[in-house]
Amino acid sequence: MSLNMDQWKVLLVDDEEEFVTTLAERLSIRGIQTRTALDGETGLRRLAEEAPHVLLLDVMMPGMRGLDVLRAVKREHPGVQVILLTGQGSTKDGIEGMKEGAFDYMMKPFDIDGLVAKIGEAVAKAAGGR
Amino acid sequence: MPFRQYISRHFDELLGKVEAAASPTRYAVLRRKLVLIMVAVAVLPLSIMSVINFEQYQNSLSRELQSPMRVLLNKTRSAFEFFLAERTATVSFVAAAYSFEDLADEHEINRIFQVVKQKFEGFVDLGLIAANGTQVSYAGPYKLKGKDYSEQSWFNEVIFKGRYVSDVFLGFRHFPHLVIAVQHLTEDGSYWVLRATIDTRQFDRLIASAGLEPDMDMFLVNRNGVLQTTSLNYGKVLERLPFEMPGATFETNVRTFTDPEGRDLFMAYTYFPETEYALMAVKPRTSALKTWYTMRTDLVAIFLLGVLFILVAAYKLMGVLIRRLQESDERRELALRQMEHTQKLSSIGRLAAGVAHEVNNPLAIINEKAGLMKDLMGMKADLPDKERYTGLIDAIIRSVERCRGITHRMLGFARQMDVKIENIDVNEVLKETVSFLEKEATYRNIELAMNLADPLPFIASDRGQLQQVFLNIVNNAFAAVADQEGRISVTTWEKGPDTVGISIQDNGCGMNDDTLKHIFEPFFTTKKGSGTGLGLSITYGIVKRLGGDIAVQSKPGQGTMFTIFLPRTAPDGASKS
Repeated sequence: MSLNMDQWKVLLVDDEEEFVTTLAERLSIRGIQTRTALDGETGLRRLAEEAPHVLLLDVMMPGMRGLDVLRAVKREHPGVQVILLTGQGSTKDGIEGMKEGAFDYMMKPFDIDGLVAKIGEAVAKAAGGR
Repeated sequence: MPFRQYISRHFDELLGKVEAAASPTRYAVLRRKLVLIMVAVAVLPLSIMSVINFEQYQNSLSRELQSPMRVLLNKTRSAFEFFLAERTATVSFVAAAYSFEDLADEHEINRIFQVVKQKFEGFVDLGLIAANGTQVSYAGPYKLKGKDYSEQSWFNEVIFKGRYVSDVFLGFRHFPHLVIAVQHLTEDGSYWVLRATIDTRQFDRLIASAGLEPDMDMFLVNRNGVLQTTSLNYGKVLERLPFEMPGATFETNVRTFTDPEGRDLFMAYTYFPETEYALMAVKPRTSALKTWYTMRTDLVAIFLLGVLFILVAAYKLMGVLIRRLQESDERRELALRQMEHTQKLSSIGRLAAGVAHEVNNPLAIINEKAGLMKDLMGMKADLPDKERYTGLIDAIIRSVERCRGITHRMLGFARQMDVKIENIDVNEVLKETVSFLEKEATYRNIELAMNLADPLPFIASDRGQLQQVFLNIVNNAFAAVADQEGRISVTTWEKGPDTVGISIQDNGCGMNDDTLKHIFEPFFTTKKGSGTGLGLSITYGIVKRLGGDIAVQSKPGQGTMFTIFLPRTAPDGASKS
């Protein structure tokens, strides 16, 4: 059961406001329903209000760290697929995140088409899992 | 205190406190000083011992040589004393046994004299002297009857002391003799004197019968140093000794002595308590000390040999020690410099990671903003100059791509600072390393060929360290090749079930055998002024630490090939941290 792109629900959590608003707009242009949060706690609240298919999560954030958010999400909303965004060139955080149950990771800066493709895969998994 | 300063300065040097003096000459100086100290410490007790031994041996040898002389002298003195005592007793006996009247009778005194002369050797004459000093009667070969002795000093002495033994003298008899005179007191208080003359040639017989060694000279003298018997060395009877008499003592003394003719002698002497005589014996030291001189030569030879031995041992030992010290100093310095180098690299790595991370976030923003612009433009079909803007935006996105490549490489470099053993694809590490230098290769038009075996088994090793190894060698290859015609080829292959081979070959300037011999030694560099001489030594160290092996082949003008073999499993000693 595949969903159309305009049915995809994405939550974007990153502390860089400029990045968040711009990326959210670009995803919206592509018809993806995108909500945003600028820190981990807010992100978890938004997630509790309405669960998205996919959570785009920055690994390095002040306050609650990305991997902590990931753990909380996986505990409370195991159906939500998480794609980690990392500024570290290292794949270390990414691989660790995958071990914690993340769907995949992307290194900043990334190509939007690659991201959309990855979101598509994640949504398919999320929808299939329900 | 200058001495203290001197000592402390030198010890500072010994203990290496003076780091500024860390030149090769310092070790030579250090060696010299240590050898000197060691030799001094060893030779001083040896010398002291030798001197003490020398003295003690000399003393005991002297005593050994002296004691026979002493014994001989004592024996001879006893013989003399006995001889004199016997004659004196005889005269006393005659004086006591006969009355003045008996002795005054010429026949009677002659008879007594004949008896005495028969029984005791040496009696020359016998005379009776009245209290007034006049010779009353006389038995002997001379006509002395009626001679007046009252004015002579010996007569006064015999009156005073009761008996008298004279020095040897020639007198009017013209042969050496001495006089024994005894005073006899009668019951009525009057007195007379009995006088006998003794031929002292008897003394020579006494000395001759003492059993002297051939080179020994024994003689009798009086207290004034006048010879009473003939001396072999110092003259005849009644001549004066050519040297001062030693101080009067009744014990037998032996001492060393140099006579006026320059002979080295032992002199033994003893004074007679009853009479004015002293008995003296001399013996040349040279003959006595012949054994001593041989002994001394041996001693000196042994001493010199010992010193030589100590010197050689100290020198060799110190040489070894100093060489060890020098080596350990060098190793320490190398380790320090390596650590410094590693720390420098590590902080550069951390800095690079920080920068890369910080830059990635704004890069992502630029990327998204440009992307959004492109999205928005895509939705407006009638935008003027749309083509141009799209081109500009694409340029921005391409630049972001480039920056991304740079930051990711920097982060890759930073990662190598975390020392850890992991499963590594050597091909990937090589590609990553070479990618740092691709730009330079393009500029300089150097051909960079990668002949990587695929598939190549993963190895357990340290990624960062390997990267450093490859970077060092590839860097050297870049330095060696010429622009335009330079060619560097990197090859990997599976050398065996447990080993992976990597070779990096260039067609650069190459090296001669001398350079090749020293190439892995620390601080050896051909890049005068710019190189630390550490690169290849660190490379070598790393490869060895990772359980691998590195070899190099080179020909001047033809190029160089480094070959590295790495084990597939990490050595036990490698840290897993």
